[in-house]
Amino acid sequence: MNVILHYWRAMWGVISRELWRFFRQRERFVAALVRPLIWLFVFAAGFRAALGIAITPPYETYILYEVYITPGLIGMIQLFNGMQSSLSMVYDREMGSMRILLVSPLPRWFLLISKLLAGTAVSILQVYVFLLIAWFYEIRPPWEGYLWVLPALILSGMMLGALGLLLSSFIKQLENFAGVMNFVIFPMFFTSTALYPLWKIQESSELLYTLAQYNPFSQAVELIRFALYGQFNQFAFLYTAAAFLLFMLAAIIGYNPAKGMMKRKGGA
Amino acid sequence: MNFVTALKITDLSFSYGSKKALDQVGFSIDQGQCTILLGPNGAGKTTLFALITRLYDSRSGTIELCGFDIKKQTRQALAKLGVVFQQTTLDLDLTVLQNLRYHCALHGMSRKLANSRIREELERLNMFERRFERIRQLNGGHRRRVEIARALLHRPAILLLDEPTVGLDVPSRKAIVEHVHQLALQNDMAVLWASHLIDEIYPSDHLIILHQGSIRAKGKVDEVLAATHSESIDAAFHKLTRGAPE
Repeated sequence: MNVILHYWRAMWGVISRELWRFFRQRERFVAALVRPLIWLFVFAAGFRAALGIAITPPYETYILYEVYITPGLIGMIQLFNGMQSSLSMVYDREMGSMRILLVSPLPRWFLLISKLLAGTAVSILQVYVFLLIAWFYEIRPPWEGYLWVLPALILSGMMLGALGLLLSSFIKQLENFAGVMNFVIFPMFFTSTALYPLWKIQESSELLYTLAQYNPFSQAVELIRFALYGQFNQFAFLYTAAAFLLFMLAAIIGYNPAKGMMKRKGGA
Repeated sequence: MNFVTALKITDLSFSYGSKKALDQVGFSIDQGQCTILLGPNGAGKTTLFALITRLYDSRSGTIELCGFDIKKQTRQALAKLGVVFQQTTLDLDLTVLQNLRYHCALHGMSRKLANSRIREELERLNMFERRFERIRQLNGGHRRRVEIARALLHRPAILLLDEPTVGLDVPSRKAIVEHVHQLALQNDMAVLWASHLIDEIYPSDHLIILHQGSIRAKGKVDEVLAATHSESIDAAFHKLTRGAPE
């Protein structure tokens, strides 16, 4: 059998399984959308008066806070989705269905990347539905932005998914997942440029400014923000790509039976 | 190439920290041979399966599937293997058909080939009519049948079953035991069946008795009986695993 064909069929199999599961779990879809929409309709509306946004790239004019926060909320969807995927990996491992993936005759790195792509595909679906709702709320980036944002979403989704994958190689039980919420999702989201621009953060705290600047989530949000307005942020791209490679490599080691998770379980 | 020895394990050891789970385990299984791996709880059966499927890795000893070393030629070796794990590994929210198609995709099968194999395997187990049902709607016996059908879709040379009848009622257990024995005979498949239930053993089977991580006896049923001077497998098993937890 053609090896490339085998790889393609396997990858498509993993992605379609994730999509089947996603469409079966409607509550997950609704929850994934409700969260950013509440931020947009309630939090952002309340902050509109309190927070003035100066003209900063990629924006060429004064913007409403809702417009500023939209890329951050897209990042939030992908961040939660990445963590959700990692939760489902821990669940799959506890329930055993992960074994079927790991004993299939393909290299483990490829299986993990397929799993990541599958999670990213689901997050991109969620993002476009969110953007559609936002359009009716008068948040309307240029038309080409909807196209340019796609590659940015793939990279940011892969980076956040790889982080989730890495975490799932460490987390042994579902119960430990609550810790991920407190120690990963919230700090990552709040110390980023999702809610406030960097210069605004710098005004209040230098430490927070440094943290936000080097937070990979900030760079993913900036990559999305620029792409949505048809611009390419090279630094954000390189930083997000580097973070993806780092997390991915660590996750592959984590899932290697000779070196990672299995080793910690014990090995002769 | 014609492989007579489907599974060959040599000097395999594995520890969980300082606790030895397997100690110098070695045996081989030929094609068409049904081997029952018998051992009390905690004997090391599940660890052995995790090593054969490369979920765990061991530094000492070798595992060969149809001549392929599981560490060096992992993909070729895993392609020869069909597995039914002790715990169900089906996706409960998906249908029978979706679960089986997922497995076929992982083995690189075309949609056409997958459909014909799925039909064949499900019909053999009288499950074809249930292909659109979600796994959650099936009872334990039917779920097991789906798992066995799935393990056979890619035509493996070796079938591993880790206590597949746990929690099933007597008729379901009997049906699965019979089906697997037929598979070994008709398809010339090597079967390694981990169990702690003596009534699942046929007189023609081979036996491996594992206790506290090491092999206490191996051979055909009558050879093990003769070696242990026992009249029944039950008696032989108790002699060899004295002091084991019930």
